[in-house]
Amino acid sequence: MTKIEAVIQTSKLEAVKTALHEIGAEGMTVLEARGHGRQKGHTEFYRGREYTVDLIPKIKLEMVLADDMVERAVEAIVNAARTGQIGDGKIFLSKIDEAIRIRNQERGVSAL
Amino acid sequence: MFADTRGLKALLTWLFLWTAVYSAFSQTSSRLTPATVESQTERIARLEQAVTEAKSSADNSWMLVSSALVLLMTGPGLALFYGGLVRKKNVLATMMQSFALMAIVTILWALIGYSLSFGSGNSFIGAFDHIFLRGVGVQPDAAYSATIPQQTFMVYQLMFAIITPALITGAFAERMKFSAMVLFMIFWSIVVYDPMAHMVWGKEGLLNAALGGRFPTLDFAGGTVVHVTSGVSALVCALYLGKRVGYPREPMPPHSVVLSFIGACLLWVGWFGFNAGSALAASPLATSAFVATHFGAAAAALGWGSAEWIRNGKPSTLGTISGAVAGLVAITPAAGFVSPMSALAIGLIVGVVCYLMVAQVKSRFGYDDSLDAFGVHGVGGTIGAILTGVFASRAINPIFKDARGNAMGLGILDGNAGQLLNQFVGVVIGWILAAVGTLIILKVVDLAIGLRVTEGHEIQGLDLSQHGEEGYNFEVSA
Repeated sequence: MTKIEAVIQTSKLEAVKTALHEIGAEGMTVLEARGHGRQKGHTEFYRGREYTVDLIPKIKLEMVLADDMVERAVEAIVNAARTGQIGDGKIFLSKIDEAIRIRNQERGVSAL
Repeated sequence: MFADTRGLKALLTWLFLWTAVYSAFSQTSSRLTPATVESQTERIARLEQAVTEAKSSADNSWMLVSSALVLLMTGPGLALFYGGLVRKKNVLATMMQSFALMAIVTILWALIGYSLSFGSGNSFIGAFDHIFLRGVGVQPDAAYSATIPQQTFMVYQLMFAIITPALITGAFAERMKFSAMVLFMIFWSIVVYDPMAHMVWGKEGLLNAALGGRFPTLDFAGGTVVHVTSGVSALVCALYLGKRVGYPREPMPPHSVVLSFIGACLLWVGWFGFNAGSALAASPLATSAFVATHFGAAAAALGWGSAEWIRNGKPSTLGTISGAVAGLVAITPAAGFVSPMSALAIGLIVGVVCYLMVAQVKSRFGYDDSLDAFGVHGVGGTIGAILTGVFASRAINPIFKDARGNAMGLGILDGNAGQLLNQFVGVVIGWILAAVGTLIILKVVDLAIGLRVTEGHEIQGLDLSQHGEEGYNFEVSA
């Protein structure tokens, strides 16, 4: 099992959700996040005072998939979330030891 | 056929009515005896009475509406305007300050404030003749307005006494103890507001232009009484209390320009009661003040917004609404004395100057006037009072008359250069009274109970530390 953590533009969430749905990757957790990588923030002016906003609103999407699904899911996310500009986000993959369904304590891939 | 029947019916009805009216008249006249015949004098007296009552009703209805409009400026207008500008941990505390003043000043006004402001007294302050509102009934006080009940006048003026201290709260937002705020404002109303209101508008007041004061200052709706006093006091508060923890290192952007936006719009609407109501009658003068108010606000919104556009590349919403408020402040003393075109000029000037004041000058001096109460009300009020001495015109309001009753010039452009001196006297007295009074009160309250919240409480936010609640409980589970 692999965990996919994808940080994407807030405006791309719908497209990414649809793309994942189409390849049959189901179940995800979405968090509203703030952060920045190489993309610098923007400046705001309030009554002549300048404020630099360097933590930009982002969407962090988490899902755990069976290993054979992972590459297709990554491809789907990249294709849906890409604009080619700085700030498109990143995808992180990591191994997951165990998954447990709370309802019936199923374990492993069948719990996903 | 059907139509014909209807026509016939209508004709018959008319005939019947006319006959009835005619017979009623002839019966009345035939039954009159000489004793009940109304003499011409009596009739005229009765009609004069009816005319007076009609005028009084008209004026009174407008003044009651105006009173409500001015209250609307404080809550929700100013409360929203200021509430949106603070960080979200202080939104309730900021709104609460305005609301608490609606209650506190009202009670003070009934007990003593109205008497000190509008009772007869000396040049500086009213006497105790109206203490506990004694003698303030439905009879008009002709010195102020012959057509509205004195109670209407009293409650209208009360609304001004409420918003003036509420304006100051913008300067010490996010760091003053609620208890200290309450104590400070009680003293401030009595020591600063009441004497200033008496000097400018009260009987025998030193600066009263309508009732023959020594230095007749033209202040139609409170440029000196409301905005100079509150703005200057705000500056003194900001300097005395010091900066907020983390200012200016930490960013403290407004938590909701949306709230401020709604507040500013309500202020604009309420201001019609403030300025046009200051005619104290539903008169053409009220119309003139209404129009000047609106034009001043519009021009200043454009002035501030454009200045920002030129300097920052973008016209901000907050800047444009702040400009409108600055314009409303500046037109306050002038409304009722100036033409619509002069109002545009005043608005444009004050919009640009207040922007420069808030965006450039404040950061140079480094004082923390959190919500720019001084930059908008102190500066805007001062400019407005001075410009009133430039643009005021007898064609709008012939308030100065010579011995033969002919209207004399008002402002510089109306051929009365000397008026500028009177305007300066009014402004300087406002500045001194506000600065000295505020400093003394701050010192007293500071010694008595302390002014600022603890640093821990300030970081936690005033909503929790002063009131035990939060403005936004979005994350409580359902």
